[in-house]
Amino acid sequence: MFALSLGSALIDGLRDSIAVVACVSALAGIGLNVQFGFAGLLNFGHIGSALVGAYGAAIVVNQGGPLWVGVIVGVVAAGVLGLLMGLPTLRLRADYLAIATISVAEILRVLANSARLQSVTGGPIGISNVADDFYSINPIPDGRYGWGSFSYNHNTLWAMLVGWSLVALASLFVWGLAHSPWGRLLKAVREDEEATRSLGKNVFAMKLQAFIAGSVIGGIAGIIFTFDGGFVKPDFFIAQTTFNWYLVVILGGAATIIGPTVGAIVYWFVISVFNSLLSQAIGRDGWWFISSTDVGAVRYVLVGVSIALLLVFRPEGLFGNKEEAVIGEH
Amino acid sequence: MSTDTIDESRSPAPGPVRSSSGDPILVATDVHRSFGGLRAVSVDHLEVERGSIVALIGPNGAGKTTFFNVLTGFEKADGGTWRFEDHDLSGKPAYYIARAGMVRTFQSARVFPRLSVLDNVRLGAQNQAGERFTKALMKWSWRDQEAELAERARELVEWVGLGPKAEDFAGILSGGQRKLLELARAVMAAPRLLMLDEPMAGVNPALRQALLEKISELPGEGITVLFVEHDMDVVSAAADRVVCMAEGQIIASGTPSEVAANEHVIEAYLGASSGDLRDTRTGADSSDGEL
Ligand SMILES: Nc1ncnc2c1ncn2[C@@H]1O[C@H](COP(=O)(O)OP(=O)(O)OP(=O)(O)O)[C@@H](O)[C@H]1O
Ligand SMILES: [Mg+2]
Repeated sequence: MFALSLGSALIDGLRDSIAVVACVSALAGIGLNVQFGFAGLLNFGHIGSALVGAYGAAIVVNQGGPLWVGVIVGVVAAGVLGLLMGLPTLRLRADYLAIATISVAEILRVLANSARLQSVTGGPIGISNVADDFYSINPIPDGRYGWGSFSYNHNTLWAMLVGWSLVALASLFVWGLAHSPWGRLLKAVREDEEATRSLGKNVFAMKLQAFIAGSVIGGIAGIIFTFDGGFVKPDFFIAQTTFNWYLVVILGGAATIIGPTVGAIVYWFVISVFNSLLSQAIGRDGWWFISSTDVGAVRYVLVGVSIALLLVFRPEGLFGNKEEAVIGEH
Repeated sequence: MSTDTIDESRSPAPGPVRSSSGDPILVATDVHRSFGGLRAVSVDHLEVERGSIVALIGPNGAGKTTFFNVLTGFEKADGGTWRFEDHDLSGKPAYYIARAGMVRTFQSARVFPRLSVLDNVRLGAQNQAGERFTKALMKWSWRDQEAELAERARELVEWVGLGPKAEDFAGILSGGQRKLLELARAVMAAPRLLMLDEPMAGVNPALRQALLEKISELPGEGITVLFVEHDMDVVSAAADRVVCMAEGQIIASGTPSEVAANEHVIEAYLGASSGDLRDTRTGADSSDGEL
């Protein structure tokens, strides 16, 4: 009926699964995993950390500040957001925490969008041309690298290199934390706060530390995203993205080290394959009730279904611990 | 019940547990807690002597657990003060009180299900350098301490008889095993006052005796014990002193046999419609036998 090329769909999938978009998701997922996976904190406003990181860096660079200052400002801003968001909310019950955090993220997006702050944030248009400094320090000689569908120019390669290096660094960081007594204590907080308190541990301080650490990693994701694309605008930072990152974490396996990275790679692979297959099947004229402009939305439906199936058969995610996933609360 | 019916010549005076040596580790005064109209805790005075084992008894709903919760910062007091060693702990947060050296367990055991039995016990240890965020990544700064703690944790896991389960997730343990794990974890914290809320509940009778002996060893290691228990045989065997609560108040205190013979205690238990009755009367009988 349709002339589908599975081969080209798979190639599209592979391309996206190693692209900068995937490493941004991986970084964001790694940060979220510290909060949600290890500490059990239901942060629904993680996109806010990416926003603050992205805007922090973009504003500094846009005002003529050096790149490294922009990066530091972005990272510190994300850390401060974690602190400010955590201080009043981390004593709340899980469901209230979720509502409070999603609200904070939405408020930030609305602020970035507002006309009053346009001189700083660029309002709805955002800030563009912020990546020049980032690409000017690219040590890779000009030219194209790779083969066939996997050929990249020196700048894309540079962004991928930096992005995936940061994913590796962040993973190492979380690995170190998770295998320390601090990580053990954080899991205890997740398992039973009262019992943790009864052992003389400051649960609130632990949550706050985890929240800030996760927020900083989320901020770094935002910074890479900004430098890759060269511009920021409020529309990038919609609440739905946080839920995509939850998918990434749960798909790969919450509370594991490589889970979020694997989750991000698989997520972008699946999205892209579906996108490619759907576009081919529907063609220009549409098919049944789906028009060619619906492809973007329909692929998410398919992704949702396939992930739901995966979690039915593998609730611990791809790399999670099966035994751990089936142990119930007492 | 009112305390003015007490016949001083026949029963010990109710109220404070006065320590003979005058070295109380815990002194609580006027500790109150109400839930709506219900006065769950209304304790005028309680002293726990350093190095002793004190049992807290009383019918269901007497306020024993609530009293524990208040003293350990898990429930806000409506009023009152309590001093532990040199610290005024009234109204302090739970973690602060535990750090000061007053560690409690829970009536329904709280373990960390998705951590190993050994990790559960390790978490009890205080002052772990590696638990600080700033040191977590500097393994050299906590490696030695961690090795010591692992050894101590292993000892304690063996001590409560969970050796074969050391590497398993605590979530697979039975109810009784969880109580044992909780005890090991609390001892790992090296408290100076250990408050156990029904440590024997759900532990099988064969193991009870062994557990009782272990609890009796604790004062020798510098741990004073205050424990809630319903079984008067256990209380008589382990406790130096017994405090009986009813309707939030301390109605009697003294040696196990004194308290078991106290008419207010018997009356409190008779008034309570529960299975505790049988235990108490057995306990009272056996203490009578000792006299
Ligand atoms: N959070 C609460 N809200 C309302 N009432 C409570 C609360 N906690 C305890 N109570 C009430 O306070 C009283 C004392 O309860 P508590 O648990 O301290 O008794 P207990 O002596 O430990 O009993 P048991 O031997 O059954 O464990 C009970 O009547 C109980 O219903
Ligand atoms: Mg109780």
